[in-house]
Amino acid sequence: MTNKLRWYAKTYIGFILAFFYIPILVMIAYSFNESKSRTFFTGFTLDWYNRLFTNDLIISSLQNTLIIAFAASITATVIGTAAAIGLYNMNKWLKSVMLNFTYLPIVNPEIITGVSFMLLFVSIQALIEGINTSFGAAIPMLEFGRATLILAHITFCLPYVILNVMPKLRQMDKNIYEAALDLGCNEWQAFYKIVVPDIMPGIIAGFLTSFTMSLDDFIISYFVTGPTSQTLPITIFSMTRRRVSPEINALSAIIFVVVLLVLLTLNFYDIRREKHMLKRMEVRSRA
Amino acid sequence: MKNKSSAFPYGVWMVIFIVLPLLLVGYFAFTTEDGAPTMENISKVGEFMPVLMRSVWYAVVATVVCLVIAYPLGYLISRGAGSRRRTLLMLVILPMWMNFLLRTYAWMTLLENNGLINRFLGFFNVGPFEMINTSGAVILGMVYNYMPFMILPLYAVMSKIDQTTLEAAQDLGSSFVSTFARVILPLSMPGVKTGIIMVFVPSVSTFIISRMLGGGGNLLIGDLIELQFLGNAYNPNLGAAISLVLLVIVLLCMSLLNQFGGEEEMEGALLDK
Repeated sequence: MTNKLRWYAKTYIGFILAFFYIPILVMIAYSFNESKSRTFFTGFTLDWYNRLFTNDLIISSLQNTLIIAFAASITATVIGTAAAIGLYNMNKWLKSVMLNFTYLPIVNPEIITGVSFMLLFVSIQALIEGINTSFGAAIPMLEFGRATLILAHITFCLPYVILNVMPKLRQMDKNIYEAALDLGCNEWQAFYKIVVPDIMPGIIAGFLTSFTMSLDDFIISYFVTGPTSQTLPITIFSMTRRRVSPEINALSAIIFVVVLLVLLTLNFYDIRREKHMLKRMEVRSRA
Repeated sequence: MKNKSSAFPYGVWMVIFIVLPLLLVGYFAFTTEDGAPTMENISKVGEFMPVLMRSVWYAVVATVVCLVIAYPLGYLISRGAGSRRRTLLMLVILPMWMNFLLRTYAWMTLLENNGLINRFLGFFNVGPFEMINTSGAVILGMVYNYMPFMILPLYAVMSKIDQTTLEAAQDLGSSFVSTFARVILPLSMPGVKTGIIMVFVPSVSTFIISRMLGGGGNLLIGDLIELQFLGNAYNPNLGAAISLVLLVIVLLCMSLLNQFGGEEEMEGALLDK
């Protein structure tokens, strides 16, 4: 590339990054603004951060978000990993049918997934009520809240686990598993000594993807939440509707810094892992 | 390892939580409140034609803008050296990790009538312009929120194009324009298709962006659906019917795109987030 072209390229990238980051940086700057105004900067304060940490609603919804994210992503990882192994052993036809259904929650617009869950839970409620009144049973009612949120989150996390684990199974060397069987392992031992470590990176990636998707989800949660159980994104939404709430700025600043640190750490580990790999390749080529 | 039955719990889960809910959407769409079959809900969706058209139009504009801006960027990132490439990718991914409500809220601050942009323009005695609660603001919100979904698949396919292929084209006398038209563009088509789907689908179905940046005058399909389920207009049967129409629009968009080329793997692009 000529110098002139290179300059154009840099300016172009610069403009796009400015477009991405100026709104976020403005928000962070205003989180230190003394007045409630979103236009005038009157002086420096940490008041909004203070208010954020003493805001019971935000603290409780953060707790809720974490509980739901852990419960949903752990369950999804277990069911999804088992599903991936089962799918891997299935005949082509059944496998492709099941995988197509697995893609559905990812391909569907989120609002439709949300709405369909809401209809499901409403129907289950009607069913429970029907059974309870006509048979005099006492099945506990499925209330909209934490339970429905966890069920919904497990469902939209499952595809990410399956799609992360499947490729690892395909890359796996089947001979090692068979060698383990030949050397006297029973099937279960061979499974957790050979297969599980082999597909572990996929399992971990699936878990982490699920966890972050669950933390971040608003649209689906919005349709299955109840008055008693708010997640952080839902609380954020109700705050934005009050138009002027500078706590949001403070919250954004904190989230931005956390995300930045997480990404930098991941990046750092990636680089380190690459260095390890290079070293190992070097050692091997010398041997 | 010959075990198929470990997929059984998932199979049951799938039937209850994926298949059944979608069937319920269909059931509600074609029944009345009392469960009697009816076509009324679907025919009523016709009354909202202007809203449907607006949603599709906004989403198309946002998708085209994203494609035009993201295409060169994806190419530039894919040709960058290792560390530079990684940094740029991280800078593209970073905003995606912030909740989209916060990202949209940030633009509310900027676009307000006495917001930062208008104040900045005021220094030059330009404006103030009415920016928030306009169609432009809604489209801007879509572009801002979903741009990374376009950049990443484009980057993913373009980084697979071997530099030597491009050099070979140039050695054989191809100009930059024809290298682009005959090598880069065809090879990047799968990424273009994935990117279009990844931007169009959330744009056409959003209800948050239109609510936060569009005021009351820019109602979209998503808002309509939300109103039927959680708003004052509570009518899940009509809501389900509108949802079905939205689903048809999305499926049409996808099959339209598949006309332009063969099957491609969705896995990689989807997992990038």
